[in-house]
Amino acid sequence: MKMLIRFYNDVRKYWSYAMYAAKSELKGEIANSHLGWLWWFLDPLLFMMVYTFIAVIIFRKGEPYFPIYVFIGLQSWNFFSKTVRGSVKIVRYNKGIISKVYLPKVILVLIRILVNGFKMCVSFSIVVIMMVIYQVPVDWHLLFLIPLFFALLLLTFGVSTVLMHFGVYVEDLANVVAVLLQLCFYMTGIFYSIETRVPVPYNRILLRGNPVAYLVYEIRNSMLYEVTPNMIIYVIWLVVSVLLCIYGINLVYKSENNYVKAI
Amino acid sequence: MEEMKENTDKPVKYAIEVEDLKIRYTTLNKMSIKKSLTSFRKAKKETYEAVRGISFKVEMGQIVGLIGKNGSGKSTTLRAIAGIFSPDEGKIDLHGHSVSLLSIGVGFNKKLSGRENIFLSGLLLGFTEKEIKEKEQEIIEFSELGKFIDKPVKTYSSGMHSKLAFSITAVLESEIMLIDEVLSVGDAKFKKKSYKKMQSLISGRNRTVVIVSHNMSTLESLCDTVIWLHDGQIRMQGPTKEVLEAYNEFMS
Repeated sequence: MKMLIRFYNDVRKYWSYAMYAAKSELKGEIANSHLGWLWWFLDPLLFMMVYTFIAVIIFRKGEPYFPIYVFIGLQSWNFFSKTVRGSVKIVRYNKGIISKVYLPKVILVLIRILVNGFKMCVSFSIVVIMMVIYQVPVDWHLLFLIPLFFALLLLTFGVSTVLMHFGVYVEDLANVVAVLLQLCFYMTGIFYSIETRVPVPYNRILLRGNPVAYLVYEIRNSMLYEVTPNMIIYVIWLVVSVLLCIYGINLVYKSENNYVKAI
Repeated sequence: MEEMKENTDKPVKYAIEVEDLKIRYTTLNKMSIKKSLTSFRKAKKETYEAVRGISFKVEMGQIVGLIGKNGSGKSTTLRAIAGIFSPDEGKIDLHGHSVSLLSIGVGFNKKLSGRENIFLSGLLLGFTEKEIKEKEQEIIEFSELGKFIDKPVKTYSSGMHSKLAFSITAVLESEIMLIDEVLSVGDAKFKKKSYKKMQSLISGRNRTVVIVSHNMSTLESLCDTVIWLHDGQIRMQGPTKEVLEAYNEFMS
């Protein structure tokens, strides 16, 4: 509990720094490329085309509103995987800062979340445009997006803080995480439907046992197909995510002052 | 970094109290999955104690020099006071004063302009955007960067880079300043200027300063007292002149 209060105070205290750092990172990213901020739109659009091509042309399998289907999955996944992957080496990457000034290390994860969250929001604006073009019928089910993205946020933050901690001490963790994320990518059903393409007992296991797959599945359901999420699974994964966040925050606060000595 | 003002009426106000401070580094504590798979032995842990139980007090407004040969624990002590890492044993009490370690280029994003980096560094050091805005002009003027301030930092020469970094930390003042050998920055003219700035900063009544330096003349002209560290312990502590003389004798 004490750690959570400290976390809350630190987030308030360093919020303006986190925002400014995230902004400057985004700015720096586009400063050197010719197309600049257009990449935030182009990148997801092009990847959506790649996966749609693979699924529709090569495997001849699609879903209703398939390009949007791929797009939603890809963007939610990218938010999760980029933040997690970035967090493993984040302490070492920021050595210059943290060896000279005290910065709560959870703020580093927060900055990653802000950067990747901004990119996700930008690309979801394309989803909206595409939904208008494809004339996807929508209704109040869209409201489920709020709790679903909230859970995705907590899950991402929890996993990232825990991995940030172990990334300081375990040198080759980044390689392992990269492989695991790749595996997880295929098990999340970004460009195919787990529900219909995976044989019967396994599709359920995947959709319930892989939180990212579950969340992506339900985000698509409420955006495209007007289906109500499975509340029991949602609550379970929400609780797991909250516990993971608490564990991660505690872990990081307890040992963050030793990070500098280890890197 | 907290903006708390102490209003106690103690006869002598201490800004820094260090009690029996011990700091250890553990070498070889990095694990690797590959290593733990290929070797069954546990990786050996070697602990090295950089600071071995030092205690001292710094009065408010005092300027203290830390001296000692390389590896005697000066920078480690300084970083511990700055809160960058926690002591393994002992206590450091800053009585709620804001503290900053004056160091080069904290958190610069090289793709951004110098002006934006002023804000980035300032926020990182715990100042509010408003406070930085008030000092922005002063920083830019002091850094002598002119129109370069709006160019990306990666286009700066190393001298310009350190000028900007110095100006940021020197103009954005905190109550306790920790200085680690950065008094010589830039060309001869800027060096003189930064030295002067340093002196005027340091002589502010409420500012407490701890300087780590190998430069005798710097310490002699700036410090009230000097602490001589030797192998992580305090060898001598007292008025600047006495300690420096003893240190000189020891080193020669």
